[in-house]
Amino acid sequence: MNKKKYQRLSLQVFGILLGILYLSPFYIIVVNSFKEKKEFLLNTLSLPNTFVLDNYIKAMEKMGFLTALKNSLIISILSVALIVLLSSMAAWMLVRTKNKLSTVIFYAFIASMLIPFQSVMLPLVDLYGANKLNLINTYHGIIFMYIGFGASLSVILFHGFMKSIPKEVEEAATIDGCNKFQIFFNIVFPLLKPISITVAILNGMWIWNDYLLPSLVLQEKSLRTIPLSTKYFFGTYQADWTLAMAGLVLAIIPIIIFYFIAQKHIIKGAIDGAIK
Amino acid sequence: MKKSNKLRNQLEYWSFVGPIFIAFLMVVIIPFIIGLYYSFTNWSAIPGRSIDFIGLENYIAAFRDEQFRISFFATIQFTLICVVLVNIVGFFLALLVTQKMRSANLLRTVFFMPNLIGGIVLGYIWRFIFIKVFVSLYESTGLGIFGLPWLSEANQAIWAMAIVTTWQFGGYIMVIYIAGLQGIPQSLIEAAQVDGANAWKRVRHIIFPLVAPAFTVSMFLTMSNSFKMFDVNLALTNGDPGRLTELLTLQIYNTAFTDSNFGQGQAYAAILFIIIGVVSFVQVYYNKRREVEM
Repeated sequence: MNKKKYQRLSLQVFGILLGILYLSPFYIIVVNSFKEKKEFLLNTLSLPNTFVLDNYIKAMEKMGFLTALKNSLIISILSVALIVLLSSMAAWMLVRTKNKLSTVIFYAFIASMLIPFQSVMLPLVDLYGANKLNLINTYHGIIFMYIGFGASLSVILFHGFMKSIPKEVEEAATIDGCNKFQIFFNIVFPLLKPISITVAILNGMWIWNDYLLPSLVLQEKSLRTIPLSTKYFFGTYQADWTLAMAGLVLAIIPIIIFYFIAQKHIIKGAIDGAIK
Repeated sequence: MKKSNKLRNQLEYWSFVGPIFIAFLMVVIIPFIIGLYYSFTNWSAIPGRSIDFIGLENYIAAFRDEQFRISFFATIQFTLICVVLVNIVGFFLALLVTQKMRSANLLRTVFFMPNLIGGIVLGYIWRFIFIKVFVSLYESTGLGIFGLPWLSEANQAIWAMAIVTTWQFGGYIMVIYIAGLQGIPQSLIEAAQVDGANAWKRVRHIIFPLVAPAFTVSMFLTMSNSFKMFDVNLALTNGDPGRLTELLTLQIYNTAFTDSNFGQGQAYAAILFIIIGVVSFVQVYYNKRREVEM
């Protein structure tokens, strides 16, 4: 019996050590973000002797943190809301209207999952560029693109969930004279809540962290998102590390807060998205 | 009456399906088709310059180009390392956090955390660690592993990218293995324990076979994730030293935007698409076969 207890304890200790190792990169950026340059040059591992907030003030200014935060919030929230709304509507109609067209459309969404972003990005930027559709450097332009890129996975997830929605209630409502919009928004959409949360989280995490698309279509400084703004600490010349560390901490804070609020949903979303 | 009803149905159908389908066509399908066409041209994206059809020239050039070969094999190497590392780490973490211990839930939260942070930010964090922190660690511990030229030597830089990817993706794969492990009836493991099977035997003969489906999912997820890797590559090495660690996606980007050779970049993109297509088809085939066996 004693042996078992000892085993369990050592496993516990091992787990905690591994957890600390896993978190150590965060420790490193946090401690160095508070250091003065002189101290930083001496040792990158120790706790700072004096906590200076200077780096944070300068970093916020350099990356335009508040503007970037605002841009990231606007783009992520609007894109996610529209993806959830539009893809659930489409998925419901595709499931409830059984014909060739619905099948073709659904398979088009599935097949497109194979297309890597890099196969699309060059013509995309060209097509929406200055001389053509002119959607570069606008909120609505990038939101429209996120809806397009988010469509496949979202429609597929909603499509899979529809089977669990009882048809009888909808049929009764039709007899009572409800039109399709009333049926969807009053009856179906509230029942989709679990999968809506999954879809929102999967798309939200992706859009919030996305770098490549915004770097291509948001070139104006006033439109930069958070991932874009972190790039400016690492220019061509030697990076100013303490400043950069403060910038990276700032970039991470919103996600960590979100993680602690919605942790359960996030992990569930990860599983649902992977197994699709 | 009947005709107007049909029209109304059509109208309803498209008002539900249309908005997202149009966005999808405009953003994914149409650019993809244009892109396939451009891969057979000398497209330079310079306004006023003509776009001429040049047949398979870009594809032939790809296989002759030394830089493409470097990128291709760097990507294969990176993918292989990632598939092995991420799955071992993910499986191991899953085993750990499904043990009966008080800190299991907390550890789960911790291991999943890096997964939430974008590749760009992670890449920069680790760039700092490899360049600055490892130097401090080497000075204070003298361990050779910290003294390696992690980012200035190509082979090690690819390992560095794989380590960062493992740190990021391991927690995600862990979650998939947890789902697999929780499907195993506890009674089965206890029965084996009673019969005298040690920990390794329990893992080898009960857990491995039963998490095999999760393993397939994880392996292919890691594979396609590694082939599509861009952010960590850009932030951590940016192709350095000397474009030797430029993975396929970054090469597509640089061929277009640095070399202004959009047609060539588009041909690389088509090759990447084919690779991902093949990987996915193998996965579907494999899953189907497994389902039959079961």
